Amino acid sequence: MAAKLTVENVYKIFGNDPAGALERLANGQSKEEIFHETGQTVGVQDASFTVEEGQIFVVMGLSGSGKSTLVRMLNGLIKPSSGRILIDADDVASAAPDALRRIRREKIAMVFQHFALFPHRTIAENAAYGLKVKGVPAAERRRRALAALEQVGLTAWADSYPSDLSGGMQQRVGLARGLATDPQILLMDEPFGALDPLIRREMQDELVVLQKTLKKTIVFITHDLNEALLLGDRIAIMKDGRFVQVGTAQEIVSEPADDYVAAFVADIDRGRVFTAEDVCNDPAPVKLGESTAEDAMRAMEDLNRNALHVVDEKDKLVGVVTYQDLAAATLDNGAPDPVLEEVMITDYPTADAGQQLNELYGPASAGLPIAVTDGKDRLVGVVEPEAVFAQLSGEENGATPDAPAAPQTPQPAKQDKQEERAHV
Amino acid sequence: MFSPGDLLVIPFDDWINDFVRGWLVPNFRPAFRAAQVPITFVLGWLDDFFNMLPMLLTTGVFALAAWKWAGRGMAIFTLVGFAFIDMIGLWPQTMTTLAMIITSVLFCAVIGIPVGILAARSDTTWKVVRPILDIMQTIPSFVYLVPIVMLFGVGMAPGIIATIIFALPPIVRLTNLGIRNVRSDLVEAAQAFGSTGWQMLVDLQIPLAMRTIMAGLNQTLMLALSMVVIAALIGAGGLGLVVNTGLGRLDVGGATAGGVGIVILAIVLDRITQGLGEQNQTRTVSLREVLGNLIRFRGTRPVGDTEKAA
Ligand SMILES: Nc1ncnc2c1ncn2[C@@H]1O[C@H](COP(=O)(O)OP(=O)(O)O)[C@@H](O)[C@H]1O
Ligand SMILES: [Mg+2]
Repeated sequence: MAAKLTVENVYKIFGNDPAGALERLANGQSKEEIFHETGQTVGVQDASFTVEEGQIFVVMGLSGSGKSTLVRMLNGLIKPSSGRILIDADDVASAAPDALRRIRREKIAMVFQHFALFPHRTIAENAAYGLKVKGVPAAERRRRALAALEQVGLTAWADSYPSDLSGGMQQRVGLARGLATDPQILLMDEPFGALDPLIRREMQDELVVLQKTLKKTIVFITHDLNEALLLGDRIAIMKDGRFVQVGTAQEIVSEPADDYVAAFVADIDRGRVFTAEDVCNDPAPVKLGESTAEDAMRAMEDLNRNALHVVDEKDKLVGVVTYQDLAAATLDNGAPDPVLEEVMITDYPTADAGQQLNELYGPASAGLPIAVTDGKDRLVGVVEPEAVFAQLSGEENGATPDAPAAPQTPQPAKQDKQEERAHV
Repeated sequence: MFSPGDLLVIPFDDWINDFVRGWLVPNFRPAFRAAQVPITFVLGWLDDFFNMLPMLLTTGVFALAAWKWAGRGMAIFTLVGFAFIDMIGLWPQTMTTLAMIITSVLFCAVIGIPVGILAARSDTTWKVVRPILDIMQTIPSFVYLVPIVMLFGVGMAPGIIATIIFALPPIVRLTNLGIRNVRSDLVEAAQAFGSTGWQMLVDLQIPLAMRTIMAGLNQTLMLALSMVVIAALIGAGGLGLVVNTGLGRLDVGGATAGGVGIVILAIVLDRITQGLGEQNQTRTVSLREVLGNLIRFRGTRPVGDTEKAA
């Protein structure tokens, strides 16, 4: 994937002597010292990152950490004191006013914290604003605005005014306005920050769903780490205008760069950060007609598992056998080799790879390993119930810090160690 | 006792005299004369127009406007008030005054709204404009009557020019205020979508500032009305002339009749334009906000003078 947006060593100093403040920064003075000595405010210092096409890059930080300043530099609403901001090959930081205007019209749209809808315009007119600015004729404007409103489920409100809508609905209009011009990049400055928690969750989930089809390059600002972890393909944690850590949700949760990040991570909702994929083991199915009960038991002993899934000749998942049942069956009928089909449990829990751990509480409590399927009854992984609870409690953090970071290639050895710990 | 005047006497009045009589008047009189042509034209046309309309028709139109924008009570007041003016024999003078007011307000709007817009969009412009407005509002109007007469002569048009100088500040100030008060995140949104300055002005700032601009227009109108009597001193006619003549002859009755006419006209115009402003309400600027702005505005401006002068 190509980098859509590249930010290189961007600084923003608010005040009349940016050069002086930059020099002090270079000499290692802190934001606070510089403010006390010179009155210059360091908004952003030395921010560098790239956003790949189609990815969501989340910037998370407390109020005043420079998030808004950073995101406003990306579309030139604020001019950086130094550094480069490249969209494709155009440098926003040094663009002339009309070049900047063209970039804003064609490539980059913005969604605002307090919606910033025009109160004297209807919902459709609001959604069409970017098109109007571009000089798109009225009829086409309306058609495209309605299409954008449809994406956010608000077609019925096209001719109402913003004041008729609830906060969540207003922000949907804000999103539709951003989408109507079909920009490649969407900047979202705490878009859900002004909504109440229930609506916020709803909007987060909707954005996730929408992004699956839209595949926009998104820079998303938030002060809520849970939101960052849920939405971000990559996340930057910002403090005093500087990035303290950049990484995936799993990296940030499992390896906080410093105490500041660790303090945030301490009270996140881990069940929403990690997915089945992050805790699953390699599938080691036994095949009907090929493997015997004895094979299955030996495999379990080798893998140190209590149960294995069973697939038919076409690799279709059909059930799960437990060590306990196999052992009992062997003893019962005295026959050395019970038929797998007879012992197998067909009512087994399943999950999708992307399913969040907090949705796995129920299946995990059945005590059987959860089959991670590709949606077509094909087994792609196995989640042990203990692994779910271990991950939720953050237990395995110190032991295997890199296991969650590389979820696609779980290393059996480590995973097994993890299980042992869980068994204790 | 010693005083600085013993040390040095500054012939300030002579300087001003030299400047105005010796330089401004001889060099620029034709230019100033030409400048009053559009005013004379508009005023002449409006004066003819209002004096040509039948009294009943004019009254009817005003009563309807009052009904629509200021309620039924105001409509009745308009009917009764205008009938009273007609019965005390001042209808033609009232129409002349009306034409003068409308002309003044028109020119104030044409000059003041663009200046207000420019001032709102650039702090530098506002820094220049603001002290000029302060001066315009603090200099007693009698002070500039003399230079105006010297430059423009006497008559209706110079009267209007004096009125414009007096009534211009509120429309500039409130246009500036209205545009500056448009929520900054809306302005930012317009910018973020690539608006040009003109697009932002037309699509966003003027519509959202409209209510405040209308409040400014209303104040300008009231100030213009309050200048009617003073403008009559330099040859403007209408009700102001009636009052002046009454005062000159110690004719209490005549002066009072003229005054009553002005008051009735002021009330009707005030209510109608206020109602118009409300009509134009946009959905963001809350009533409280507008009132807040007005109070702030009133704090720096002796608007109370309006009624007193009228
Ligand atoms: N226009 C400005 N002038 C001066 N200082 C500013 C300005 N905008 C932001 N700041 C300062 O820059 C810092 C970062 O602000 P901001 O980007 O708004 O933070 P956030 O969006 O993370 O809350 C803060 O210390 C703030 O006070
Ligand atoms: Mg912010």
